[in-house]
Amino acid sequence: MKIIVCMKQVPDTNEVKIDPVKGTLIREGVPSIINPDDKNALEEALRIKEKFEDVNVTVLSMGPPQAENALREALAMGADEAIILSDRQFGGSDTWGTSLIIASAINKIGNYDIVLCGRQAIDGDTAQVGPEIAEHLGLPQITYVSELQIKGNEIVAKRAMEDGYYVIKTKMPVVLTAIKELNEPRYPSIKGIYNAFKERVITLWNINDIEIDKNRIGLKGSPTNVKKSFTPELKFKGEIITGTVEEASRKLAVKIKEKQVG
Amino acid sequence: MNIADYKGVWVFAEQRDGKLQKVALELIGKGKELADKLGTEVTALLLGSEADDIAKELAAYGADKVIYADSPLLKHYTTDGYAKVICDLVQARKPEAILVGATYIGRDLGPRVSARLSTGLTADCTGLDIDPETKHLQMTRPAFGGNLMATIECAANRPQMSTVRPGVFEKLQKDASRKGEIEKISADIKASDIRVKVDEVVKIAKDIMDIGEAQFIVSGGRGIGSKEGFAPLKELADLLGGTVAGSRAAVENGWVDKACQVGQTGQTVKPIVYIACGISGAIQHLAGMQDSDYIIAINKDEGAAIMKAADLAIVGDYKKVIPEMVAEIKALNN
Repeated sequence: MKIIVCMKQVPDTNEVKIDPVKGTLIREGVPSIINPDDKNALEEALRIKEKFEDVNVTVLSMGPPQAENALREALAMGADEAIILSDRQFGGSDTWGTSLIIASAINKIGNYDIVLCGRQAIDGDTAQVGPEIAEHLGLPQITYVSELQIKGNEIVAKRAMEDGYYVIKTKMPVVLTAIKELNEPRYPSIKGIYNAFKERVITLWNINDIEIDKNRIGLKGSPTNVKKSFTPELKFKGEIITGTVEEASRKLAVKIKEKQVG
Repeated sequence: MNIADYKGVWVFAEQRDGKLQKVALELIGKGKELADKLGTEVTALLLGSEADDIAKELAAYGADKVIYADSPLLKHYTTDGYAKVICDLVQARKPEAILVGATYIGRDLGPRVSARLSTGLTADCTGLDIDPETKHLQMTRPAFGGNLMATIECAANRPQMSTVRPGVFEKLQKDASRKGEIEKISADIKASDIRVKVDEVVKIAKDIMDIGEAQFIVSGGRGIGSKEGFAPLKELADLLGGTVAGSRAAVENGWVDKACQVGQTGQTVKPIVYIACGISGAIQHLAGMQDSDYIIAINKDEGAAIMKAADLAIVGDYKKVIPEMVAEIKALNN
């Protein structure tokens, strides 16, 4: 069985802050990490590999050359092969363009049974690339997977809903997107880290390595374009109550009562 | 593609087990406003089985037109079934914009449809408008976990698609006398079109109020420290007839249910009073509650961002403040 895990290197948005004076994003010193949901996708692939014989896990990432670090981390966790898609002409692609590039690379890899993605990346938060890859490949999809079983060539997945879940069955090949509830990603071993950073080779593909219509990707080929971006405005109006806890609590209680009466 | 051929605003009216999802009505409300600016109509797109009552409800909430695609195969949501029916209808009738609620279903359906139609999709929008000159849809959404807002256009492709955050837009008042035109069609779908099989639909009964509907919310964050720490918050919420909610930190620690998460990756709420306890006020959280009518912050740290965003803030330990407030409110009640 061949599993392809699509991964993205992202800035840790928990660490991204806004400069209160300039109103701009402070990204200096913000660490880059494997997108959290993608880590769950990789972990699930590694668990399948442990459970069944003859499973190959290939990790695939599109991004600038430094995204290689995320792939090395994936190798250290136990992935068999790593491919990075890097080309200036890929830059500026929206989800439609990005998914087309990744789907083209998946087509080139070929002979896969499962494509695993994270539900969404924490920088863009769109949750679109997984389903769009599935559409470009003409495959069924199950998103928001919180539990996964493989029986022969059939997939049985729990698909999370706001108020419960669906149990969905389908046949491979299939595209799945993972959520946090699916598993707890492992830590890489020391030996794994050493090997991944010293010994292993990462395959680099540029635009000439995949079959793709260059007019449909990048800034120009993408259907959506960012017209402007700005930092959200907040209404700062605060009044801080001082005094003893009793006094302050009374003031709060009176205010709440006023609001309750309307 | 001649974009002038594309007319009208469509909204996807999501139903689950024959129950209309609230966001569909919010989309009609917003869709109507956009349609007015474009000089066109808002059409609700309903897929399901035995859902005639829902079709009528959509009209009562302001849909100028309802297209109801009926088939037993559409009873439960499947990506394949819904995407096929919707894409076929879009290709035949050419709407200029489609709004989809950013629910667990909408976020599965939207990208599948946009990829098939080779058009643009903007995710989880919190602002929608029409450019007065170009008439393009202006789709505004948070990115970087709510740290940045982006306004996005899909100028050269149609339909312009957007998934929309539930709870952001207002629904119209229900008016049964509205004369929306309901067109029921038999959906062009076969069992073999659907490659996945929904084996089981499981609802997890949760002992929680819909935080989007609550008038009073007592919300806890990292500062609460434990699941047990939420007990005083619950007591205050019960006293006010409201509900408990939490920040992402509280959800990730398993202290409150995911359905009760307020913020960028949770729900947007606008209660009468929002009481934030032990919440630092990261922008991701503020994005989900800043439009509350009245915000009260209780925090040990005077410098926490939430203190500035609140109408009233008290520096102190919630463990002392909340029981005191409960006692004061009880005293006022008598």
